[in-house]
Amino acid sequence: MANANRVFAALTDPTRRAVFERLRHGPRAVGEIARGLPVTRPAVSQHLKVLKEAGLVDDRSEGTRRIYQIDPRGLGAMRAWLDQFWDSALSAFAAEVERASKEEKK
Amino acid sequence: MSTQIRPAPVRKSIFVNAPQDHAFDVFTTGIGRWWPKTHKIGPADLDRPIIEPRSGGRWYELDVDGTECEIGKIAVWEPPARVVLIWQLTPEFTYDPELITEVEVLFTPEGDGTRVDLEHRDLERMGEKAEAMRETISGPGGWPALLQLYADEAKIQTKGK
Repeated sequence: MANANRVFAALTDPTRRAVFERLRHGPRAVGEIARGLPVTRPAVSQHLKVLKEAGLVDDRSEGTRRIYQIDPRGLGAMRAWLDQFWDSALSAFAAEVERASKEEKK
Repeated sequence: MSTQIRPAPVRKSIFVNAPQDHAFDVFTTGIGRWWPKTHKIGPADLDRPIIEPRSGGRWYELDVDGTECEIGKIAVWEPPARVVLIWQLTPEFTYDPELITEVEVLFTPEGDGTRVDLEHRDLERMGEKAEAMRETISGPGGWPALLQLYADEAKIQTKGK
């Protein structure tokens, strides 16, 4: 659950989501990611750090630059998503079971 | 160098205030009454998912325009105690006939109600698929779609707090 919470917390911030979306078309250096975003470069680095901790992105060094990319396996994210999905689906299921049994009793 | 990641199965338990057979029926043949409408595969709006009530049956979604999109199959049909569904959706939320992950759901009478235990396993197979889709994962319908799901889930989660 901690993992799932981290993933969703990481993506609830709109700026962080914008940073993440920038990586959709392939690996990017921090400077490229920051370009056009209404936040400072250190702020972008901070967002990338949070995304990395959530297992959503990966980074590597290329000379003096740090290149970020979406975690190509998407595995941690997928499991976290399923964890969350079944939580909300089962809550909806339980609500429906109980609604239907109340109606039968009437 | 690649490391084999084997994620733990997703396990969930929930107690419902209803008899075992009723809980089983709502989960399976009644899936259209509770499945989140936001979780769909086809481009058209979701009418409802359908679970065919037999081993070897289909699990698919029916869209409002009449389109049917496969979700998976029914591997084990043992009412009112157990059902094993085959989930064949990739991380891109598209159907892949070669992807086989299992969702086992057990219904156990407990007190005045029923305990429902769900286990979604073999998730590493999704990882293999996700890896194989490395080239296409950034395309339309890939991360944007998944991201939308994340965003929706996050909203639900925030509201729930």
